[in-house]
Amino acid sequence: MNSLVSALPGRRRAGLILALGLLLAAPWVAGPYLLSVLVLALYYAYVGQAWNVMMGFAGQLSLGHALYVGLGAYVSATLYLHAGLGPWAGVPIAAAVSAAAGAVIGFLAFRFGIGGVYFALLTIAFAEFTRIGFEHVDWLGGAGGLFLPVVERGHLDIVDLRGGPRLFYYVLLALTVAALWLCHRLRTSRIGYYWLAIREDPEAAQALGIDLFRYRVLAAAISAAMASVAGSVAAFYYNSLTPADSFGSAKSIEIILGPLVGGLGTLIGPILGAFVLTGLGEALRALLDVTGHQVPGATQLFYGLVLLLVIKYLPGGIWPGLARHLGLGNRVG
Amino acid sequence: MSWDVYANVVIGGILTGLVYGLMALGLSVIFGVVRVVNFAHGEMMMVAMYLAVLGCGTWGVDPLWLMLPLAALMFVLGYALQSLLVHPFMTRPDHAQFMLLVAVGMILTNGALILFGPDARGVQVDYALDSFEFGPLLIDKVRLYAALAALAVAAALFGFFRLSATGKAIRACADNYRGALVVGLDVRRLFALTFGCGTACVGAAGAMLVLLGDVTPSLGPAYTLLAFVIVIVGGLGSMAGALVAGVLIGVSEALAGLILVPSMKSMVSFGLLILVLLFRPQGLLGRSA
Repeated sequence: MNSLVSALPGRRRAGLILALGLLLAAPWVAGPYLLSVLVLALYYAYVGQAWNVMMGFAGQLSLGHALYVGLGAYVSATLYLHAGLGPWAGVPIAAAVSAAAGAVIGFLAFRFGIGGVYFALLTIAFAEFTRIGFEHVDWLGGAGGLFLPVVERGHLDIVDLRGGPRLFYYVLLALTVAALWLCHRLRTSRIGYYWLAIREDPEAAQALGIDLFRYRVLAAAISAAMASVAGSVAAFYYNSLTPADSFGSAKSIEIILGPLVGGLGTLIGPILGAFVLTGLGEALRALLDVTGHQVPGATQLFYGLVLLLVIKYLPGGIWPGLARHLGLGNRVG
Repeated sequence: MSWDVYANVVIGGILTGLVYGLMALGLSVIFGVVRVVNFAHGEMMMVAMYLAVLGCGTWGVDPLWLMLPLAALMFVLGYALQSLLVHPFMTRPDHAQFMLLVAVGMILTNGALILFGPDARGVQVDYALDSFEFGPLLIDKVRLYAALAALAVAAALFGFFRLSATGKAIRACADNYRGALVVGLDVRRLFALTFGCGTACVGAAGAMLVLLGDVTPSLGPAYTLLAFVIVIVGGLGSMAGALVAGVLIGVSEALAGLILVPSMKSMVSFGLLILVLLFRPQGLLGRSA
């Protein structure tokens, strides 16, 4: 963390510390509703950061990232329910399972030279295949889903990750900060520069002696492992998981909205995008509620419109322009 | 189970598969010429199905009569979408195009959810349960009519691309984009026409599919994936491949529904998609790249 903060110019450092301070204090000011919105925003910030490693850094478009999130949720929840293994042991195992799944799919795809739209479709196909498969495994709750025992209000048990929204807020905040630090380290490491070269021009990268296959598979595995942790935490937060919600294609799209709107391939973009989208979406829902309208689908329609407008008019996302505007430097995101 | 159960299921699968094939043909035409991957294909199909249900409810006609008006309407929508929204993206990176159409799909799905609600809507025709009997074989009337209509539309499209001057010009754009510009073809208009032809297929297929099943707003992504499975199995850009693969997928899903459980039938398609992508990415009938 120190290296991230000290490497930044003054204004950026001040901005980051201010944002972190606000986020640390937020649960003591926010009411229950606002806190649940913030938990959601942090969740999408973290999982968007995970997807960004694969697409934003290494240039491999995965439209089936719900697979890794869902596997994380199911593995850690199943270990807790059926083997009595708490999340501190279960989450690493789940992350390893997701990383292995990411590596296998990456291995199959990149070995056979599958790229572009074919790779995107392959990732959707694996996620959908898994969704329908899980719907038919009774041991995992089938289509009806898996439920974790709900704890009473006020109960706090960090060992088993049982508690109220405030606990999950801080867990997700810690994960988001850790992911930001990890991505910063990755991006300024040898691996990060290899990814950049592969993303910008695979042929030139190969000519320079970069092992395309190895670094693409590595990006898939790291991204999948990171995504997996989000799934585990969400499973313990919501206490219920179904194959449709965990692996569905709508979920995969929700994951990638934040980084696309915030700024693909930047460090702050996925976080900013998640907060802007979640904030605006909830504001719209609240506005409709106040005016007495229950409109299912309104926020999703709104997300679609925002995505369309951003893709059309701000291809790089919100962050790069905003960063320049605030004088936060435009060299790195 | 005796053989005639299987034979009936296979025939049903072939007929349904032809309608699927027509829908996938639209995707294939758009990709083969415009090189745009229509990630909103199934969502457009869902919109066409709703329009068919509304039309039948309003005028009380058979959805098959709405096939041509719907195809025309969807043609106009596709033409406008390509020339206004998608065309400026032709020179943008692939993923920007995908995301643009994913956004269009989200807007269509949730727009339909807001307008029509989450409940399934369908059409009832008086011959819904009738069938032709050939000895032990039973052929559903609705399926047969829908499949014949699908074949007719596919043949018309095929004829348009092979025989008309415009069709020839469109194929020239697909073969050599720069060459088409050099000889003075209006590529922007031809691409919009092609996109319109693709969505017209979807419109016609939508009118047929309401005979075979109900429509809900959330159907879109499943149909998009189905169209992709068919088009990739048949070979992206191959028109005949789309119809053949449509039949193949229709039959394998019908048999999977019989042998396994109906809710697992899509797994067979996705499994097939994974295998084809891994081992024969150019498709079963496609030329190797």
